[in-house]
Amino acid sequence: MSEGKKANTEFIRTMRKMFRNPSAILGFALLIFFIIVAIFAPLIAEPTFFDENGNPVVYYDENGKVIKPNPYQIPYNDKIPSQPDRPSPDHPFGTIEKRDIFYGVVWGTRTAFFIGLTVTIISTLVGILIGSISGYYGGWIDEVLMRITDVFMSIPFLLAAMVLTTILGNGIDKVMIAMTVFGWMGAARLIRANILQVKEEQYILASKALGIKDYFIIMRHVLPNTIFPVLIQASMRMGSLVITAAGLSYLGLGAPLGYADWGSMLNYTRNWILGASGSTFSYWYAVFYPGMAMVLFVLAWNLVGDALRDVFDPRLK
Amino acid sequence: MTTFIVRRLLLLPLIVLGVSLIIFSLFQILGPDKLLAAYVNPNVFDKLSQADLEVLKEKYGLTKPFAERYGIWLWNALKGDLGWSQVGKDDVLTAILSRFPYTLELALYALIPVVGVGIWLGVAAAVHRDKFLDQFIRIFAIVGWSFPDFVFGLLILMVFYSVLGWFPPGTLSQWAEEVVKSGSFHKITHLVSIDALLNGRLDVFWDALRHIIGPVITLSFLWWAYLLRITRSSMLEVLSKEYVRTARAKGVPEHDVIHKHAQRNAMIPVVTVAGNMVIGLLSGTVIIEVIFNRIGIGRLAADAAVQLDYATVLGTTLFYSIILVLGNLIIDILYAVFDPRVRLG
Repeated sequence: MSEGKKANTEFIRTMRKMFRNPSAILGFALLIFFIIVAIFAPLIAEPTFFDENGNPVVYYDENGKVIKPNPYQIPYNDKIPSQPDRPSPDHPFGTIEKRDIFYGVVWGTRTAFFIGLTVTIISTLVGILIGSISGYYGGWIDEVLMRITDVFMSIPFLLAAMVLTTILGNGIDKVMIAMTVFGWMGAARLIRANILQVKEEQYILASKALGIKDYFIIMRHVLPNTIFPVLIQASMRMGSLVITAAGLSYLGLGAPLGYADWGSMLNYTRNWILGASGSTFSYWYAVFYPGMAMVLFVLAWNLVGDALRDVFDPRLK
Repeated sequence: MTTFIVRRLLLLPLIVLGVSLIIFSLFQILGPDKLLAAYVNPNVFDKLSQADLEVLKEKYGLTKPFAERYGIWLWNALKGDLGWSQVGKDDVLTAILSRFPYTLELALYALIPVVGVGIWLGVAAAVHRDKFLDQFIRIFAIVGWSFPDFVFGLLILMVFYSVLGWFPPGTLSQWAEEVVKSGSFHKITHLVSIDALLNGRLDVFWDALRHIIGPVITLSFLWWAYLLRITRSSMLEVLSKEYVRTARAKGVPEHDVIHKHAQRNAMIPVVTVAGNMVIGLLSGTVIIEVIFNRIGIGRLAADAAVQLDYATVLGTTLFYSIILVLGNLIIDILYAVFDPRVRLG
């Protein structure tokens, strides 16, 4: 009973420490805002079909059931001109290429969370697996795994992701595979270094002496004591992953045309901004809204990552 | 130290070999049909019959087992023949080397404001810890760090090109390009702006500068943040050291305490970061070069990747990894030079 109470006050103290910092509050507030937008996307921007005249229509399949549009595809509306059009009451963020920017920004939030979380979680797990095997067993296993890590680290991340995405073909899933294949090394190195440190601690040596299985020692004793820095690193990587994914989409390698993705929405603007001269600044909203969504999203994760680091790992400050 | 350097240099070919193996095997996912497209003129490709395709696959050795094909590629690469770059319209090595100076020039120009301003701001933030200036600089840093390079680049392009008309995209204006290509323009360093100065062509120099300022602003805004954070935390650590207190106690002027006693010691980790940054700048210009429509290896790599020109992709990737590995080695050496306490071995 008293044990639980103690842990509880410890938790409260940590939280208090974290929320004394205004930038942490801002970070969490932004993150919560984005989570709300992602959850309520269907209410904020309702997916609809439009007919040739640009009026919303409902289609039925042969059984008379309503066909739901794919929400991640920004509705194509013939009433909207291809040329970017300034914000109006109907389209608060303006339109581009016959599509509503507001819709894309709202549903793009889901895409950003999906890409960021999936890649971070999978690549971190792969990194933890490789890092812990390498660090715990040492010897030639360590040598081989670390040299492989070195090789993967010798290819610039963006370039590697770019190459693999083109090989696999366009699409969000391909981008995620590419970023995972080349994104596990940081976590692997970090966990390995931590394990090397923990491995010599008395309690690990004691468990070994007691004859406990390696797998059990790693899972029960080593990982819980080394996992925090990895989690902090992962939360700080979320931002850069979303930037890279958007960069690939911007280069035309990621999300296909019309997908609700901030990067590929910026890709539309390329021709309008570089092509015509003089009037291009009048298209500011086409860059500004998706761009700001991206900046604030990344900012939120960076602030949260910073706050977590300051509280849980003061050494890294 | 010599053994350390030799050992690392011996590791270099192994890493380059590993990188080439990874990229080469990734391309095998495409299968022989798509790989063939890299060899054949795309206008003719669609008109070829299935039998023709088989003959061609045979001719380029695409039906051979993986190990054999990799062996052939490796053997040619060792002889300096990395294949033909469709994107670069030249052989791969020449295409890379002819574009490298442009990327290098951009990285060098970006380095000046990044290092100068980044370190200066970092020291200022540490000295005024938790005061308004510190808070302001830190917010500036974290916002800069959160900006995707292409978003910031697009904004710069809109403001400075579309609205103000100051900094156009591209590498050089048409007329300046003709001057550079003419026989009377001597290419000494291959860095356009420096060559222009050496040739006494101030107009060309100005033109090159106008084109490079936009990308430099973009790159530096993104990298300031990084350097600033490291400088700040390193300065804070050093400022709490005993010898700084001693210096203050014996009456050394505050300016000297900060800029002589503390800053010199605080610079050690900054060297590593600055080194990483040079590598990052050299390899991180892909998107910047695409946005600003500049010549460079980054854009070569991007174009090659989009068009599946795998000879060029392999070539540029290998080039980048050599830069990365050599760069890291140089950082480690510099680290030992700057901080005699560090022993390499």
